[in-house]
Amino acid sequence: MSLDTAPGCRDAPVLKERGQHEVFCGLTSIIWLHRKMQDAFFLVVGSRTCAHLLQSAAGVMIFAEPRFGTAILEETDLAGMADAHDELDREVAKLLARRPDIRQLFLVGSCPSEVIKLDLARAAERLTKVHAPHVRVLNYSGSGIETTFTQGEDTCLAAMVPVLPEADPADLVVVGALPDVVEDQLLGLIRDLGIENVRALPARRADEDFGIGPATRFILAQPFLGETASALARRGAEHLPAPFPFGERGTTAWLRVLADEFGVSPERFDEVTAAPRARAQKAVAKARETLADRSIFFFPDSQLEIPLARFLTTECGMEAMEVGTPYLHRGLVGPDLDLLEAGQISEGQDVDRQLDRCRAAQPDLTVCGLGLANPLEREGLTTKWAIELVFTPVHGYEQAGDLAELFARPLRRREVLAL
Amino acid sequence: MKLAVWTYEGPPHVGAIRVATAMEGLHYVLHAPQGDTYADLLFTMIERRDKRPPVTYTTFQARDLGADTAELFQTACREAYERFRPEALIVGASCTAELIQDDPGGLAETMGLPVPVIPLELPSYQRKENFGASETFLQLCRHLCVDVERTPEVSCNILGPTALGFRHRDDVAEVERMLAEMGVAVNVVAPMGARPSNIARLGAAHFNVLLYPETGEEAARYLERRFGQKWTKTVPIGVGASHDFLVEVAELADVPARSDESRLRLPWWSRSVDSTYLTGKRVFLFGDGSHVMAAARVAREEMGFEVAGLGCYNREMARPVRALARDYGLEALITDDYLEVEAAIAALQPELILGTQMERHIGKRLGIPCAVISAPVHVQDFPARYAPQMGWEGANVLFDTWVHPLVMGLEEHLLAMFREDFEFNDAAGPSHHAGHGAVEPEATGEVIWLADAEKELRKVPFFVRGKARRNTESFATERGLAQIDVDTLYEAKAHYAR
Repeated sequence: MSLDTAPGCRDAPVLKERGQHEVFCGLTSIIWLHRKMQDAFFLVVGSRTCAHLLQSAAGVMIFAEPRFGTAILEETDLAGMADAHDELDREVAKLLARRPDIRQLFLVGSCPSEVIKLDLARAAERLTKVHAPHVRVLNYSGSGIETTFTQGEDTCLAAMVPVLPEADPADLVVVGALPDVVEDQLLGLIRDLGIENVRALPARRADEDFGIGPATRFILAQPFLGETASALARRGAEHLPAPFPFGERGTTAWLRVLADEFGVSPERFDEVTAAPRARAQKAVAKARETLADRSIFFFPDSQLEIPLARFLTTECGMEAMEVGTPYLHRGLVGPDLDLLEAGQISEGQDVDRQLDRCRAAQPDLTVCGLGLANPLEREGLTTKWAIELVFTPVHGYEQAGDLAELFARPLRRREVLAL
Repeated sequence: MKLAVWTYEGPPHVGAIRVATAMEGLHYVLHAPQGDTYADLLFTMIERRDKRPPVTYTTFQARDLGADTAELFQTACREAYERFRPEALIVGASCTAELIQDDPGGLAETMGLPVPVIPLELPSYQRKENFGASETFLQLCRHLCVDVERTPEVSCNILGPTALGFRHRDDVAEVERMLAEMGVAVNVVAPMGARPSNIARLGAAHFNVLLYPETGEEAARYLERRFGQKWTKTVPIGVGASHDFLVEVAELADVPARSDESRLRLPWWSRSVDSTYLTGKRVFLFGDGSHVMAAARVAREEMGFEVAGLGCYNREMARPVRALARDYGLEALITDDYLEVEAAIAALQPELILGTQMERHIGKRLGIPCAVISAPVHVQDFPARYAPQMGWEGANVLFDTWVHPLVMGLEEHLLAMFREDFEFNDAAGPSHHAGHGAVEPEATGEVIWLADAEKELRKVPFFVRGKARRNTESFATERGLAQIDVDTLYEAKAHYAR
């Protein structure tokens, strides 16, 4: 793969839109963060809508008691600020008494708490003093007026960076909440390359925190972590830009950036990656039979769209008609943009206009959120709900085939049904 | 502030969306930040609707707050009207927009749109989803109803069904059929399926059939004041209630009560020998007030269960639910805190829960079978087949869905007989529900079970073992016994024998 000769769309014009967004807000990222950080509790300070959203986004409601909840603001809280802080302290005390296993508590800002300017940073400081050393209290915003969907993870991780210790810094930090199985695979490959002192942010438990400093280099595993990258840079750590580890080529390119940076020999690199690369190629080739020469249209959802479109066009032979993203961070997805050819890149959303474009384009496959999928199916379009791309293990070599299969399955289903 | 882990009801604007989505030719412009569009997927995913809800969200962001969010609202209104050309528009604010005080109603009024614009005042920090639906339907009636002639033939309106309701679509079909059998015409069904122009004609009916008090009672009261239309008070869920309902309709319509009961099977199914095992099974009921009250009657009178506890999550129905519970010698549980409901169920150890999706999860945790009788529900509670809750077919459906989570009569005996069999044992659960193994409550630790007693307890069939354990422990505690031996177990059994 040559980066120089790739056509690329780093400088292609971007259609910027603002109108109705059919995208989750940042609160939704709690759904996977609470599974990832097993001693953390996420307390949204918000309205009944926030509580209802979390429940609906957890969707099928396959739950026991979750590690998240909502402190629902009521009339009396809106009347005076002092009240709201007292009430919050009381609810937090109640919660921590009920759940002594909780070591990290995140106060999550929502649209209403931000509009009434409830100072959650101050509340977090105060509550940390009350509940230290057993519980660490942090705050971040997941509000829909500030963040979309996966950006909630970004603001959460960014809030964790300042409390990481200075001492014994890690050589390399892989940033982004990945399913444990994927995290283990990627960190395993990195260690096999000979990079020993590697850690993942977020750590699975609070007591697994590691140091960070000017000697630290970091690589992102998710493309939506702009604020976290800035926070790490402020701590002196160095960002290693790379294509994201989707598919065989993406994963190889991602690992190669690390190999180059840490002086891994080409022989060692081939030795470590040859077998999983071959497996990934084989797995993707199978789905490629279904996907090749088909067209795809992305509605904006998770900020994974650019790297995914890169994977589907370069490795699966698809044609990207429009690639929508809620926010385009060129600094982070630049390496993927260099490899991508797309009819149109769009940022933000005006959903009705975008639906008009999609209907006119008649793509073979449309990637969209849950609110749009069934209505588009009804109109005869084949859809892939974007949510699975966030909730399913899709990174790295061993998942390359699964990732391609997620896109192939709706197309195959359409062919199978005689209705 | 109140800590909520899961909620039974959404915010009031979701109630308004349920009304708008149920109707045709109506559009809702909701002043709201982007995250609030999640509400769409309640309908497109949970209910599998093939159309987007008719809602335009203004999607304001933090950077708009200093500038002109009011203009954003007006632009959204104008574009929504141009694109969708509705017969009427409803406008309102979600919880965040309520705080920025833009007054959507006032703003929309000044725009001179050529269709009725109906402002909704839905206080997000005080009220909830059912209120939102009820208030929206009421405002539609207030703004759209006009004076019209009564229909020459006797007719009624059917009030209350909405989108995302528990089996509303099928209930309406069943009730329409019963009304047709009595020669009563249906003037308008609303909100479900109605257009604003149909709402205008509600006054043409002779009386109203109120199916869902949660969403339709305020409208029924308004229509009674305005047009003198009386309305039915019985929700026709179950055999007895359906009979009462028919008698009510007959009086209001001044026709004889008649109906084809040939398709009603519940009474015979309940009398059949296999149902003997249902006798006195202790059930706990929780959900919206109307469904719970109707289900309590069916449970007791038509299934032969013992109602061990009941309650509802919507405070609006607290009074009648409390009164009914008192009739049953119980204290009603009125709460929207699901942890309280879980605690109540854990303490009661009923043999069956009739509840919502929440109680289904509680039941799973506690190893107690559960059937769903009320919203909030899961995607699986929107079945492809016809499965009403109301009328004769509804009664048949109730029998099936409530009894299926239980181990059936003959099966109960076989389980006892083959207790040691590796395939056919305790953990296997009802034969038609894969993997529904019972989880026993842990010993409380206050009283010590001696090994022999514990062994004897294992011989008790699993579906009553939890109750046996609990009864024996409270029997021992009451008598100040520190240990439970085999005799204690059987003394307790005799003590609690029914």
